[in-house]
Amino acid sequence: MDWIKISSALLIVLMLVYLLPRAKDMLKNSPKASSNDMIAALIPLLLVIGFVFLLIKSV
Amino acid sequence: MNRPVELAQSQSAVLEVNKVLKNTYALLSVTLLFSAFTAFISMQMEMPGFMPLVATFGALGLIWLVLPRTANSAAGIGVVFAITGLLGLGLGPILNNYLQMSNGSQLIMTSLGGTGVIFLALSGYALTSKRDFSFMGGMLVVGMVLVLIASLANIFMEIPALSLAISAIVIVIMSGFILHDTSRIINGGERNYIMATVGLYLSIYNIFVNLLMLLGFMSDD
Repeated sequence: MDWIKISSALLIVLMLVYLLPRAKDMLKNSPKASSNDMIAALIPLLLVIGFVFLLIKSV
Repeated sequence: MNRPVELAQSQSAVLEVNKVLKNTYALLSVTLLFSAFTAFISMQMEMPGFMPLVATFGALGLIWLVLPRTANSAAGIGVVFAITGLLGLGLGPILNNYLQMSNGSQLIMTSLGGTGVIFLALSGYALTSKRDFSFMGGMLVVGMVLVLIASLANIFMEIPALSLAISAIVIVIMSGFILHDTSRIINGGERNYIMATVGLYLSIYNIFVNLLMLLGFMSDD
């Protein structure tokens, strides 16, 4: 196993150590979403997925 | 009888939001150009393949340790340039790799254009709808944690399909972060344009890199 793999793994572990407490905190404190809010967020994200699919088809 | 005071307060809040928004987009434009410049330098100097890793370590160190202490001062702007410059340097070897493919320049331009369209469309949507997407914060961070765990596993398993799936999910998560971060600026949740710039820059950077990876893998070449 080369050192680039070990360093990459170390980088990801560091990111996890940094993010995990924030993820817990944000999950606790994020406001609850209504179904309208969810739809308003999901539609643009679905459009992004469709757009990326189109880009993949174009190359 | 408090109406004039309330009106003045709301006007000042709107002015404050507009100022943060204007400064964020101005700084974002300049840092993206600076990043493109350092990527060009890195490509010309043919930086070694480990450069992206070194640059990411450096940029994360600045984001975690230096930026929070300097974000409220003019020094924060220098730190943002250091972060984006480093990430641009890290892009050089990646772009050189893609340019070795017969359709490499087309892939890079398609990723660049695609990233621009995604960012402008999502930012425009968040700005015009004025919706509050702060509820997405928890979901997005948890999604990012799951992606990191999958990436960690894939370093050792080396499954190409998992790598592709991770890239696709990162694009969706970063798109969500653009909605989330832009709505936080509009709704007054983010008053610091330096922090807002770094958040949006990282989303754009990650969308570009992962879109390039997806297109490179799926192209016929």
